[in-house]
Amino acid sequence: MLEFTQQIVNGLSLGAIYALIALGYTMVYGIIKLINFAHGDIMMVGAFVGYFSLTLLGTNIMVAMVTAMIACAVLGVIIEKVAYRPLRNSTRIAALITAIGVSLFLEYITIFLLGPSQKVFPESAFPIKAYDLAGLSVLNKDIFVVVSAVVLMLILQYIIKWTKTGKAMRAVSLDQEAAVLMGISVDKTISITFAIGSALAAAAGVMYGVYYSTVNPLMGIIPGLKAFVAAVLGGIGIIPGAMVGGFLMGLLETMVSGYGSSLYRDAVAFGVLILILLIKPTGLFGKDTGEKV
Amino acid sequence: MLRSVDLDVYYGAIHALKKLSIEVEQGTIVTLIGANGAGKTTTLKTISGLLRPRNGSIVYKNTELTKVAPEKIVEMGISQVPEGRRVFASMSVLENLEMGAYLRKDKKAMADDMENVFTRFPRLKERRKQMAGTLSGGEQQMLAIGRALMARPQLLLMDEPSMGLAPLLVKEIFEIIKDINEKGTTILLVEQNAHMALSIAHKAYVIETGEIVLHGEAKDLMNSEEVKSAYLGG
Repeated sequence: MLEFTQQIVNGLSLGAIYALIALGYTMVYGIIKLINFAHGDIMMVGAFVGYFSLTLLGTNIMVAMVTAMIACAVLGVIIEKVAYRPLRNSTRIAALITAIGVSLFLEYITIFLLGPSQKVFPESAFPIKAYDLAGLSVLNKDIFVVVSAVVLMLILQYIIKWTKTGKAMRAVSLDQEAAVLMGISVDKTISITFAIGSALAAAAGVMYGVYYSTVNPLMGIIPGLKAFVAAVLGGIGIIPGAMVGGFLMGLLETMVSGYGSSLYRDAVAFGVLILILLIKPTGLFGKDTGEKV
Repeated sequence: MLRSVDLDVYYGAIHALKKLSIEVEQGTIVTLIGANGAGKTTTLKTISGLLRPRNGSIVYKNTELTKVAPEKIVEMGISQVPEGRRVFASMSVLENLEMGAYLRKDKKAMADDMENVFTRFPRLKERRKQMAGTLSGGEQQMLAIGRALMARPQLLLMDEPSMGLAPLLVKEIFEIIKDINEKGTTILLVEQNAHMALSIAHKAYVIETGEIVLHGEAKDLMNSEEVKSAYLGG
């Protein structure tokens, strides 16, 4: 029982990271029906910005995270403007291929600029401490990751539910043309969505750096794909779905590693994708509405 | 107040509006009637800036609209009740109304307008926390009208507000349109229900395959043999 609880503790941190990345996938999909395959790489860029903020600027971890979030918000807005906006009225496959192109571009421009080798997150930025809670070993990095992720999700929920910007985002994702008739600027709203989604990915990147202590230019690929599975599991386009899906994926992965073999954890993650697509393609929170013609 | 001159609008190769010229005088109800696919919705979409004409102009209060961004057009006082209501289904009634006032910053006056909408449509007040998608067709139409009113329009464009509603409700909706007009809002009403539209409108245009084929005082058109046989069922 103790071991099981310990696995849950481990799974929660990983799940929090997946959930933050999954939110960006789902928000962007909700508003422009695009799977932004470059999203995992934005998380990687965020991790590097965090790394340089810690090492070159000598900031603390919180400042590093905020810096990464701001930088990636800007990056997200630029990517949307340059790569996706010109394709707004083209086929979805054209935008999807472009997203893969952006993904490869971010990966290899980072390798070109910084080299392919991994960099070690400075340990002094986040000295690891372990707490003993009734036999459970809880690391301060677990607490840091889960608490900051939950705080970010609460802020996001507040923005989406209560602010004018958040309501406009929902309106645009529900009916773009009707939103225009309200006087909502669709371009501006899409930019804000990319900014928020990318900032959350950047936060996840810095957490990932703290959690695994290394960053490298290809680090975004696998977590990005798993977060995508998490977003589909929860129901793509549905924000609470992405949160729940992210945590479920994290828990599943640590359970498979803990009780099965860590060799299978990636296979299980993508097995989940196949299962959802077979059984309930709209995801846990999705309603079967069918495609509107 | 609003005048379109020789509008040509295309959907790809399809010539949807052909040299369309209409005029809406301040304070009146003008109706545009015609069959399905004649170009009624296209006309409203072009005025709102969702579609751009290839040729021609739309002048609203001395401003050329064809190059103005759609959100600016709303700001200038033109709002639309779109065809098929198009309420934001998974947002509450209240949020839908707030979206109607998206560009406004005068909080106090917005609250007053919200109260006015609720006085006009008490059903919406009862259901203000409900998701718009759970409302009945008639209630959704009321919400779409209320939402457009929240922008405090000077010119209200209405696209088939009677569509899919029971006859009794249609009557109610037309009473409301008349009342909105009497309280000072100019209305351009697009309808397939020619009889109802002509009964409340001052001026009317008949559109067929993108062209205005007939126009005049609404009551004259009501008695015209052409309109009677084609649109009023004999």
